[in-house]
This record gives sequence, C-alpha cells and structure tokens, in this order.
Amino acid sequence: MVTLQLMPYSQIEGLSSLGIRKLLDVAKDDTVVLLQGRLKPEEETELIKATMEKINKDFKGIELAVVKPGKTKEGGFASIKNDIINAVLGDRQGFTLVGPANIVKAIKKDPDRIQLMMNKSRKRR
Amino acid sequence: MLNILKKFIQKVFNDIFSHRGELKLGFYGPPNAGKTTLANKICMDWVGEEIGKVSEIAHETRKVSVKGEVEVEHDGKKLTFAIADTPGIATKIDYEDFIKSGINRAKAKQRAKEATKGVIEAIKWIDNMDVVVVVLDATKDPYSQVNITIIGNLAARDIPVLIIANKTDLKKASIKKVQAAFPQYDVVGMSAKKGKGMDEFYEALFALVG
Repeated sequence: MVTLQLMPYSQIEGLSSLGIRKLLDVAKDDTVVLLQGRLKPEEETELIKATMEKINKDFKGIELAVVKPGKTKEGGFASIKNDIINAVLGDRQGFTLVGPANIVKAIKKDPDRIQLMMNKSRKRR
Repeated sequence: MLNILKKFIQKVFNDIFSHRGELKLGFYGPPNAGKTTLANKICMDWVGEEIGKVSEIAHETRKVSVKGEVEVEHDGKKLTFAIADTPGIATKIDYEDFIKSGINRAKAKQRAKEATKGVIEAIKWIDNMDVVVVVLDATKDPYSQVNITIIGNLAARDIPVLIIANKTDLKKASIKKVQAAFPQYDVVGMSAKKGKGMDEFYEALFALVG
C-alpha cells in the first residue's frame, strides 16, 4: 500500500528550510506527498540538499516532480488577474510531487499525464 | 552558524579564484553526463593536463575540482577561465547501485556517502559562477527534474547558461529533444569523448561571455 498525502498551499507558502525538512520527513515516512503549488528553484535545491543529508542505508533519496499547468487560452483581464494573484499570494498553479526513492522508481511527465513508476520490491525501514 | 559557513566557503572560493580577469566557468549536470570528460578535453587542449578522473560508474566526481588560468583562444579572441568541474546533481543515491557496478560493499557505501556530500557542495558553488555549462546526456530524457532544477536555479540567479547535448556519437542521442526541452537556451550537440563539436562549443561559449 502506498500512502498519498495531500498538502495545501498554505503549508508550503514561504517554505523555509524548516518547512523543507518537514516536507522531507513526511516523504521519508514511505509517503508520496502531493503539494498544491510549485516549489521555487531555490526551494528545490534546498530540498535536494536536505535529502542528501538524510540519505542512509534505509533512505535512498527522493523522486521529485514540479508540474506546471498547461497554458490556457486565457488572455486580457483574466491573465492579468492571475498574474496579480500569483504575485500577491504566491504561485498556486501546478503542483509538486515528492516520493521516497525506495517506493517511487521514477516520475514521468508529459503534457497530459503524470506517471509514477513504482519499485517492485519495496524495502521497508 | 549557516552564515559563518557560507562566508567561509565564499572566502575559500575567492582565494582559489584570486586571479583577476578569470571567468568562473562551472560544469553542471546530472551524474554521468560527461562533465569531467568535457572539462578534461578543454584543460588538455589549453593547459595540457586533465582536471579529473572519468568512469562509467556514476558519481566518479565527488568533489569540486578547479583548474585556474585556463587561457582559451577562439577566432583571435582570448579569454581566461577558472574551470570548476562539479559532482553530478541527483535526488537519490543508492550504494547498492554501485555494488551492481562491481564495487565492493564497503567502498560502495563510502562512495555513496561522498557522493551525497558532493551534491551539496555542487549546489553551494552555484552562486560563485560567472557562466555555467550544463552538460546533459542526449540519449536520456531531457525533462528530468534535476535538469529543470539546475537550469531553473541558474536562471533565477541570472547566470548565463550554455547547454550541451553530449554523447552525440551514440545512436540514441537526440539534440532536437534537448533543444525542445530548453528552447530559450543555446544548445550545442557534441561528443566530448570523441572531441566532436568542440568548435561549435567554443563559438557558443565566446558568444555567451565574449
């Protein structure tokens, strides 16, 4: 059984290194985390650094996918409105998937779907 | 504590690159993309010695290697680089993969430990680069999150980027796929191992920083 935990945007807003570690702790607990919103590039590297610090014989690291939404045909006022909302409240479009590497072998993205390739023989801690 | 560490790293870095006028040229990318092979080729061509060891097994480079005063000439123009070959950036490292590659258990565990430190070191050095060559294996999916993370971080820091679609000597290689994944960047196809595409590489590098 694989647990998928949903995290609202409020929990990643202004993600500090403490927040990154919290996120990693959830993923380390054999759980695939689905975050609303996207990590910023700097947050992605923070997550990678934190992951490297935690790697041991049981925890092999993570699979990570930051997914942007497909471009919509919105234009004019709707597009400006979205830009303002993103600037003020943070980028809530898209999502971020974080899964432990001992469960998730790979994450494949294409414009229409996300595929999580699972490891056949999971090593439980 | 973190600030002290950051300042210390900055000082060490500045001491290494104390020669004025040197452009700090970093080689970044996922493991086994050919960063060291390309850095070696450049160093051999211009200073007559290699920067690091190359291996088929991933994470051969586990520390940042620096070669200063590398004077490169192209089309009558000269530029001096301090070349930094960095460990491959990854989100996972499994010592059992090294065992499968023929390394004994103790050495595999040690290699994995050093590789995790190498990834952290490579990320810390990003801020210090003037220009970065991102080396990608053109036989692999260019949309991997590590590639996107590296290039996204360089863009966020306004560091000029040149992308190399390496290993074009292999049948599966596709420069077009790499170009399609990163249309806003210059992509040069090459085989660092065979030394193919070096002229195009220098042309693009000089256009970027010259």
